[in-house]
Formats: sequence, C-alpha cells, structure tokens
Amino acid sequence: MYPTDYRYTKQHEWVKVEGTVGTVGITHYAQQELGDVVFVEMPKTGTKVKAGSSFGTVESVKAVSEIYSPVSGEVMETNPLLVDAPEKINSDPHVTAWLVRVKLDDPKEVSALMDGTAYEAYVANAAKDH
Amino acid sequence: MSTLLNPKPAEPEAAAHHVGKVRSHPSQNEGLVFEHSIPGKRGMELPPLDVPAVDPVAALGAEFTRASVEGFPEVSEIEVIRHFTRLSTWNYAIDLGMYPLGSCTMKYNPRVNEFVARLEGLATEHPSQPVELSQGCLRILYDLQKCLLSITGMDAVTLQPAAGAQGELTGLLMIRAYLESQGNPRRKVLIPDSAHGTNPASVVIAGYEVQNIKSNSRGQLDTDHLREFVTDDVAALMITNPSTIGIFEERIAEIAEILHERGALLYMDGANMNALAGVTRPGDFGVDVMHLNLHKTFSTPHGGGGPGAGPVMIKKILEPFLPTPVVVQKADGTYALDSNRPQSVGRVRAFAGNFGVLLRALAYTLAYGPGIRQATEDAVLNANYIRKNLEKYFDLPYDLPSMHEVVFSDARQKAKGVNTMDIAKRLIDYGFHPYTTAFPLIVPGAMMIEPTESESREECDLFIDAMRSIAAEVDSNPEIVKAAPHSTRVGRLDETAAARKPVLRWKPA
Amino acid sequence: MRYLPKSPSERNEMLAAIGARSIDELFKSIPETFRLREPLDLPGPLSESEIIEYFRARSGENARGFTSFLGAGVYSHLRSVVSDAIIQRGEFLTSYTPYQAEFAQGTLTAIFEFQTLMCQITGQEVANASMYDGSTALTEAILMAERLTDRDYVLVARSVHPEYRQVLHTYAKNLGLKIEEIGFTESGQIDRAALTPEKLSRAAAIVVQSPNFFGVLEEVPPLAEAAHAHGSLLVTTVTEAVSLGIVRPPVEADIVAMEGQAFGIPPSYGGPYVGVIATREKFVRQMPGRLAGETKDAEGNRGFVLTLATREQHIRREKATSNICTNEALYALAATIHLCLIGKEGIREQALQNLAKARFALAELEKIPGVRCAFSGRTFNEFTLEFPRSVKLINFELQKEKIIGPYSLGLHYPELTKNAVVCVTETTSRAEIERFAAAVRKILEKPV
Repeated sequence: MYPTDYRYTKQHEWVKVEGTVGTVGITHYAQQELGDVVFVEMPKTGTKVKAGSSFGTVESVKAVSEIYSPVSGEVMETNPLLVDAPEKINSDPHVTAWLVRVKLDDPKEVSALMDGTAYEAYVANAAKDH
Repeated sequence: MSTLLNPKPAEPEAAAHHVGKVRSHPSQNEGLVFEHSIPGKRGMELPPLDVPAVDPVAALGAEFTRASVEGFPEVSEIEVIRHFTRLSTWNYAIDLGMYPLGSCTMKYNPRVNEFVARLEGLATEHPSQPVELSQGCLRILYDLQKCLLSITGMDAVTLQPAAGAQGELTGLLMIRAYLESQGNPRRKVLIPDSAHGTNPASVVIAGYEVQNIKSNSRGQLDTDHLREFVTDDVAALMITNPSTIGIFEERIAEIAEILHERGALLYMDGANMNALAGVTRPGDFGVDVMHLNLHKTFSTPHGGGGPGAGPVMIKKILEPFLPTPVVVQKADGTYALDSNRPQSVGRVRAFAGNFGVLLRALAYTLAYGPGIRQATEDAVLNANYIRKNLEKYFDLPYDLPSMHEVVFSDARQKAKGVNTMDIAKRLIDYGFHPYTTAFPLIVPGAMMIEPTESESREECDLFIDAMRSIAAEVDSNPEIVKAAPHSTRVGRLDETAAARKPVLRWKPA
Repeated sequence: MRYLPKSPSERNEMLAAIGARSIDELFKSIPETFRLREPLDLPGPLSESEIIEYFRARSGENARGFTSFLGAGVYSHLRSVVSDAIIQRGEFLTSYTPYQAEFAQGTLTAIFEFQTLMCQITGQEVANASMYDGSTALTEAILMAERLTDRDYVLVARSVHPEYRQVLHTYAKNLGLKIEEIGFTESGQIDRAALTPEKLSRAAAIVVQSPNFFGVLEEVPPLAEAAHAHGSLLVTTVTEAVSLGIVRPPVEADIVAMEGQAFGIPPSYGGPYVGVIATREKFVRQMPGRLAGETKDAEGNRGFVLTLATREQHIRREKATSNICTNEALYALAATIHLCLIGKEGIREQALQNLAKARFALAELEKIPGVRCAFSGRTFNEFTLEFPRSVKLINFELQKEKIIGPYSLGLHYPELTKNAVVCVTETTSRAEIERFAAAVRKILEKPV
C-alpha cells in the first residue's frame, strides 16, 4: 500500500526524493480520513517551505486539513491536475495526485522521516485507536 | 402511543405511517421563479407618476444608464404567491412541531410580536430622524435595556450588535479597550474546545490570538488547571454557561476569581440563557461581559437563518467603552442617543441596531414579566424528561445533570454502523427536524437535543417514541436508518459535487 | 401562561417520571448562593391586548403624520402586502438555518433565487445569502480585498456613508488595516487625482459608494482600471439599491457590498435590513457568508444545499473568512419576494419615478433665492443643496410644518455646514414636494 521508496510524516504526508527534488503528497490514510476531497489550496511557485510548517490545505465538504511540508526548500511546481480534479487525491494519492515539487535545501533531511514499513505500522496503530 | 414496528425495507413509508406524528400527502412541485418568467407579466403596479417624466439618458448620461436588469423575473402576483407558498410547504418549522436543535432554542415565536413590529409609527421610522420625533422608538430600546439588565444582573448594555457573533466581537473590543486603558491590551483569549465556532472567529477579528483549552473528563472547563493558562498576556476567557453540553459550570465563581486575580476578564457566551433566565444571573456569578441571542432565548424568529440580535451586557468598569451611540434617558425624562463618548470602541454597525428584532424581544419579555422563570423551569423539565426516557437507548457521554439540553452520543449505534447523522436523517421520516449533530466537537457522534419550554408533554412523548423506534430499527434494520430520509421530496443531496463545482446562481439556458 | 403548553398536573407527572421531587432539584447544579429567591424586577406580565396597547402608545410618540426628505442610507419605498403575507407563513418565519437540506428545500430554493437576483442587479458573478447590513457588508468586503491582495492599506472615499466608514474604522483598528480617506471634487465624486500610482500600488482596494452619500454617481470603469493597473481592487457599495433599476451596475468592480433595504424592507428605525456581498467567481472562496448551491440527490432530483462551508466559522473557526453565523435570511426572502413582484419592468419604472420626482424637487428648490445645487455630478434620487442659512435652523422650522428636512452634512463634513442631502422617492407626492419647497422658501424669506 505504501511505496517503500517514499518517506512519511506523522501528519500523513509523503515525500519522494529524486536527486535534489522532492515530490510531496498526502497518504492514502489521510485521504480516507478526510473523505471526498473538494478543493486543494496550494502555495505559489517560488514559495519557501519549511519542514513541519503548513503550506496549504485540503478540503472535504465538512473539514479542512492543513498540509505540513515534510521538507525544506522552494516550491518549483504545483500539480495542475488538482485544480479541476481534486478527487484524484482520493483515487490516487500516492502517484497522480502529488501536490508540489520542491527544490530541496538538504535531500538528506528526509532520513529522519519514517520509511514505508514504519509508516505502515504507525497507521495500523492509529487505526486501532478509532 | 405508537407501535414499534419492524418495517420491511421495501416499504420505508410504512414505518413512518405507524408513528403518531406524520403521514404522507401530495406536495406541490415548483421550479425556480425564473423558470416561470415570461416577458410582459407583472406582479406589482405603481401609482402613476405625478411629475414630468425624465429621460434617464438625458439626465444621467448614457455611460451611467442601463437598459434593463437582464434576467429579472416577469411573473404575476398569483404566481409569486403560489411560488413561495409551495416552497414554504417543503420546510419544517416550529409552527409544525418540535425542533430539537441543541443550543438553538427553537421556541414559539409569538404572533403578537409580529403584529406590533408592523405598526405604523414603528415600522415606518427613519433612524436618522430627529430624536425628539423618535421618543417612542428610543423608549422601546431603553425599556428593553432595563429588562435585559434585570435578567442578567449586569450594569450596562448595548443593543447594537446584529447577531451573537457580532455581540462576541463587540464584547471583545470592549475588553481590549478596557485593558488598553489599564496599560496593556494583552495578547490571548482562552477558548474551551467545546466552544461554538463563532467564539474563536470573533477573537481573531478583535486582534487577539486564540488559545484552546481542553475540557476535562466531565466535559467541563478544567478549573483545576486553569491557573496555569491564565498568564499575564491573557485578556479573557470565553465560556458558555451552561456549557455546550447543557451542563452548568458549578465552579464558575472560582473561574471568575482566577481570571480576576490576574487582571483578566470573564466573557460569557449567553447562547444557553434559556436555562438561566429568572433562576440565576450571570452578573452575580462573576461574569464581566456577556451577549444574549435574542433569536434564541427571547423568541425572535429564526426566519431561515436570521435576522438576530446580540446585545452585550457589561459590568460598570467597561461602561466608558460602549459602542456609540448609547441610548440614554436624560434628566428631563426624554430619551436620546449619546455619541459623546470619547472612550467608546466606536460603532459596530450603521444606525442603532436591529430595531425590529429588539422590539419583538421586548414584547416577549413584557408577556412574561417576572414569570419568565416558569419558561426556564419548563425548558429544563422538558429536557430532563426526554433524557430520562431515552437514556436506556442512547449513550450519555457525561453523566452529569442536564439543564435545558441533553447531549447523547451515537456510541451504541456505531457498533451497528449507524451514526448520529443517519439517526438524525431518519428522524425526518418520523416528522421531526433533526437534533444538532456534529457539535460540540468534544463529543464524537454528538446528538444534542433541546426541546425548549414550548413543547407540550404530548410533543415530547412523540419525540421520545420516534427516537425509541429508530433505536429499535438500528438493531433490526440498520439499512433503513443509514439510507434515510425516505419520505422527503429529495433524498440526501450530493454535497461533494456542490462543493467541487459550485453552481451558485440560476443562468438562462 | 399562554406560551407554555403545560398544566400543573402534567408538570407533576413529568417530575415524577424523572424521579425528581421538585423542579428546584433540576437546578441543583447551580450553586445555592446564585439561585434567585425573589422574582426578577420586570414589567408585566401583560396580556396580548396590553402588549399591543404599549406598542401602540409608542407608535404615537414618533414621526407619524410627518413627510420626510431623508435618505442617507435608508429609503422609503413602496412595497406590496404580499411580501408580509408570505414571510409571515410559519414555514418561513419559524424555520431554522437550512443545514438539514432535505427538510429545508423551501428556504434553500429561495436563497438560491436571492443570490441570482443579487448577481443580476449588481452585474457580478456570485452573491452570498446575506450579511447583517450594508455597513458590515462593506467592512467585510474590504477585509476580503485585504486577504485577496495581501495588502493592508485601503483608500476610502470620504463620500462613502459616514456611519459605514465608522464601522470600518472600528473593525480595522485591531486588524492592522490602514485606512486613508480620499476627498471629493466639486463634482461631488472621489478625487481621482489623489489616487496616485504610488498609493494604488500599495493599496488592497479603492472603496467608493455609488450613488454616494451626496447622491452623486461615481464613475466605476476608470476607477476599476486605475485600481487594476496597480494590482489593487475596486470595492463599491450601494446604499440605495433601487438606483440599480436604471443606473449602470458596477460590473467592473471586484467586490460589491450592497444594502438591500430599498427592496421592500421597512425603515424600522435602523433594522433589520439585509446586506449582501457580490463578487467575481474567482474570489468566491474568500467571500464570507452562507452560500446555497445547486446539486442533485441519488435519483437525479434537483435540490439545493448550503455549500463551500469550509469558509465559515463552524468549520474553519479562527481561520474563517468571517465570524458571521446568523444572517438576515428572512429579509433576504422579503427582498426576493419584492423583486419577483416588481419584476424587470417594475424596477425600471420605480427607478424612473424616483429620478423624475427628485429632478422635479431639485428644480423647485433651485428656484428659491440662495439655494443651489452643491455638486455638479449626476444624481439619482438624492442631491446635495447648499443653503444660505444654517441647515439646523431650516430643519427646526420645517418640523413645525410636519416636515422632516434633508440630512444636514455639517455633523460629518465640517466644511459643509450649510449643505444638506435631500431624498425624494416614488412615495413622495408632488403636492408634498411643492409644500416642502414653499416651506423652505418661506423660512428663507424671513429676516435672520
């Protein structure tokens, strides 16, 4: 379920690092909690983001979730698909519905985050508390 | 009494048919008024012009004129009456039965209030007309002020705010002004996690930071740990009392003391005043500022979402900061609008307030007089009667005495995959408007029920029957609850589509 | 008591069912010291006829029998009794906010129609379900412009209603919003020369009212152009909504904050009225207030729901676009009914009557020696006159003739103490206009 080459945050964001570029999105667990996504608010390209700080929101009909950046850097690109088809976050949160691409200040930063296995366990635990 | 049938899924109507409150009946279809519109039809005529006509293009210039209002409806008077009458029959209303919405206080809207609000000489008055020609209006405002001060035990009042939320903001502005006059406006306002959403939203507009504080395991303010939170940069605590779970904060005097020790103030959201009027007074238990929702406790009509009024009552120390103008009585007994108040927070809206709403609230208060206590007692009686009769069927998250409202949770029904929203929707098939779901936030799966004093024992019993019947359905036939409502003109509507691709106006084809 | 459907015996039975010995037991969570032992000191209880007597007495202590020439944000217009007949139906009057859409399609459909009418009359793309009034709608529109541009400085015309500007100031004080007031020229319009590129490039918005407080129409297209050229927005407010029956709507404005009182809502000494914000579709997520949207149920039936609720306080809490919850729904309904009745032809005819009456009055008044039109700009149903004598004195004398005279500008515009704004609507008869002019002439003829 959770790609092994991604890294994950406790707030249910994922990041895929390729060289100095990090692609960021929210996880399957996050979209499930949110319900049908109706709108995504994303930062403008060029915005500086900081690991742990909020850079946007994902909205369902009855809730709004902040998106916390897993990495620090500069936003290079935002996913144009999500403007007209925010529901892609529900159907394909890990690939098609990436949110932003970030030029990383420090690609090694992500080693502090959970890997696929650790995240899988984290989520299983969280689900038990429901 | 109703019979608790186990309805077959194929006949959802059968269940509702056997319960005492409703039976189905044809309801008229109706499109949008624009869909009836045809050029040449008119709904209202004007008396003929008794001065020479003026050509608008000549008078204003072509750049300032418009040919017509494109798309405006063209229908006859009968079509307007039919259109809106048909629409009205698709609504539920207090006039039809109990509206058990928690914290909304859906009580009877007395018709004499509507009558007096429309009197020639009251409905017709211009807010900027000379004060000496407005003595009747000003006296109404002044008399209402006196009544509200008596009921709340406070020292001064403003009637300007147009709703509870605006009252909250006005109260916070006065707190800020007061603290500023003391040398330091401070930075934060404490808000319990059980608070209504307008509370934190108002705090931000007043230029303060919100600090959320967790309720304790009893759903009440965590008084034991309050001192830690009341630092020198806390301006105030906003508390709802009774709380949003309908329970009185017994340690309120202590809470006030803790705040006052640190020079902070206690704001009370008066949304639940229906549990207190005539029985106790917030001014007595340490409240410094509070608002009332006249469209709740004071019976002014909800009208589908408004209008309201949110007067703010304060202790003397805050009086210099009241919004202007202030309604006063002069030494000669006449009434006036006093704008000469140098420390005022300013004006929060144009003109003196929602006068028509204020007038209705006064009419309500005059009808009861000191007997208002009986209304409060009946409200609390009804809520407890319902609680007693439903506590075997629904989970009570907090086993504390309820006042005018009771909060259950859907914990038991959740085990069958049925949640509070489903139960609420099924209640519609039984002829009742849903109770409040999804609030307060501290109760997951909340079912907040406030009958008010306007409900007869009969109506309470019908409600209890309906809720018991639904509880039984959850056990025997959960699908019928999960797919409810079945008897309305439209089923559950696609809110996701409405938010993804909003269509917010009619457009011609 | 007639509002309480309980007999004493029922109360006893219910207490027994609860297991309480007395009603006081149900209040035991209130500390003893705070429980009142005496009844409150309140007037009443009054029977229905006594209540009516009280308010009838009050109605006789106001301005009954007077003819008024006041506008200044509140307008006396014709309205049909049909509006009251409908809004007094219990299903509209006593129903709640339509959060449970299946049981409130009547309210939601009417809101959708209101939103549509507001778009049509203002020329904007979306409109909300109402704000408290024009003054708070304008303040909220300005805060919206601030959020959209990320700028905290606004240029507000002095010719915007003084009370609206006071409200803005009250809200702005604590939000770090800087307001600069821009004066007017001899046309009575905003001084465009003062809207320098330097100011505009820092401003969130230019804010004007049209027709403005002096009754003068502002030129919206060049103001919009000037604003947009510098990344700023144009916010306009309309206090006399009937003007839009013949006056070109502010299509180029980015946000319109309107007071809808003129659409068949009685003056009622200041409220309740109905504000509305209308704007471009692209700004909708920053717009405060409720919104009704069209959708379908599972069987394809059309229905309406409250939508885009994530903007609002009950979801967004401290990050909401506004703290507004209760709005003016019943009066939005009243305005909707009124506009359906008066219709496309009627709103134009009504506006033309206002224009004609006002021009007639202006002509009559200008004949009086010493009285002249203060501004050269185009006006609708309000115009500013300059008098040779104190307006206060003139109005004092007019009152003896049972006439409420024009709005004296001296209080809010210290440089205009001899000026007053006259308002004439379709409800003022020719005879009354002539009587007013004659009375003014007589007053001015008297030696000082």
